[in-house]
Amino acid sequence: MKIGVLALQGAFAEHEKVLEQLGAECIELRQDRDLSEPYDALVLPGGESTVQGKLLKELGMFDTIKSQIQNGMPVLATCAGAILLAETIDGQIKGQPEQYFGTIPMCIRRNAYGRQLGSFHTEAQVAGIGTVPMTFIRAPYIASVGDGVEVLAVVEERIVGVKHKNQMAFSFHPELDPDVRIHKAFLKMI
Amino acid sequence: MTAANERYKLNKELAQMLKGGVIMDVTTPEQAHIAEEAGACAVMALERIPADIRAAGGVSRMSDPKMIRGIQEAVSIPVMAKCRIGHFVEAQVLEAIEIDYIDESEVLSPADDVYHINKRSFKVPFVCGAKDLGEALRRINEGASMIRTKGEPGTGDIVQAVRHMRKMNSEIQKLTSMREDELFEAAKVLQVPYDLVQYVHDNGRLPVVNFAAGGVATPADAALMMQLGAEGVFVGSGIFKSGNPAKRAASIVKAVTNYTDAKLIAELSADLGEAMVGINEQEIALLMAERGK
Repeated sequence: MKIGVLALQGAFAEHEKVLEQLGAECIELRQDRDLSEPYDALVLPGGESTVQGKLLKELGMFDTIKSQIQNGMPVLATCAGAILLAETIDGQIKGQPEQYFGTIPMCIRRNAYGRQLGSFHTEAQVAGIGTVPMTFIRAPYIASVGDGVEVLAVVEERIVGVKHKNQMAFSFHPELDPDVRIHKAFLKMI
Repeated sequence: MTAANERYKLNKELAQMLKGGVIMDVTTPEQAHIAEEAGACAVMALERIPADIRAAGGVSRMSDPKMIRGIQEAVSIPVMAKCRIGHFVEAQVLEAIEIDYIDESEVLSPADDVYHINKRSFKVPFVCGAKDLGEALRRINEGASMIRTKGEPGTGDIVQAVRHMRKMNSEIQKLTSMREDELFEAAKVLQVPYDLVQYVHDNGRLPVVNFAAGGVATPADAALMMQLGAEGVFVGSGIFKSGNPAKRAASIVKAVTNYTDAKLIAELSADLGEAMVGINEQEIALLMAERGK
């Protein structure tokens, strides 16, 4: 089982550590030629979505990854990764793109909990998994979802986890806590 | 976990999100916008970039909060700002305006020649400069949740950042290869607490994210620091003191992502216009890296 981990910027190494612990092999995707390596699933890690979104386009990776997602490749997206998947992004600053991959019909709000002082840690239910630790770092939340999107997790009335067909997206960082059940559930999608 | 420990963990984790990225010095909302467009993962808001501080001389202080607010409104990426070494009231002010990271920085004139800020008493995270492992661990003990090399800011000369990164790495390797019973003496020599020494011994790395800073002027400089083990790069004067800031900034960002791909770095290094005018370390009167040990 080979997982392609988007390694343009952010906390990709943390995902790799968890996935390798679960017996998966990871390859880092840093430019277009990395995308011709075969892999079974995709991780879009946390980091800065503006940086990742820009580099995806400028390093010639955007179209290939978008079609991989549309063709059903399993995806796990956390924080910035979830922003990349959202159909609409709320709270954009002038000049920022309206959407990136846009493959989940949902509206996500960037920096929804404010600046770093608003970052927090909690525990809550994820559907089908149970109570998991959740670390939110300058996190977004999902303001609304469209048809066919299953809500997986809600914290204080805000949606923080969804599943849409082959894609799972969370606004927190399962890769930062020792609980590996979300990554396990992701590997089961392959 | 206590509330303070949980906050410290969250602050270290924000630094983890910045890894593989470039943090750029900006002095206006317009520059912040250019930096974000070019792919900066955070910006450092300051009144004058280090090269200008160096040229102007005199006392340099924390920036005007109004200017910092303007930058916070201009971008969605994290905004950092500098306070003087030991100036805990400047740090309180920056915390009050909800800055994402405070840099207790040797680039500004030190406010205290003995004590650094007790960073444990703050909720906002701090990054501090270090030129060797002892300095890095002392800053971490004081509560810093991210470290950067000091380098020599405002020079466009990479030699000191390289020296600091190599020194830190070789000291880390030395600790890693020590017997357990030698660590007590190592803690004494490094002038740091034993538990931090033990962490480095067990994990072969600092307990926080470590960036390169001070003198980065080209995509190749940035890639050099990444190959030497930096987890990301600060670029200060190198961008807005150069001929084509937007293009140079974007090229440095891509060089940091693909820091081992020489062919790509060759492309990225072409036609960047004029680099910032460099000053050699022998030509400068003021060594900022010697501030705050």
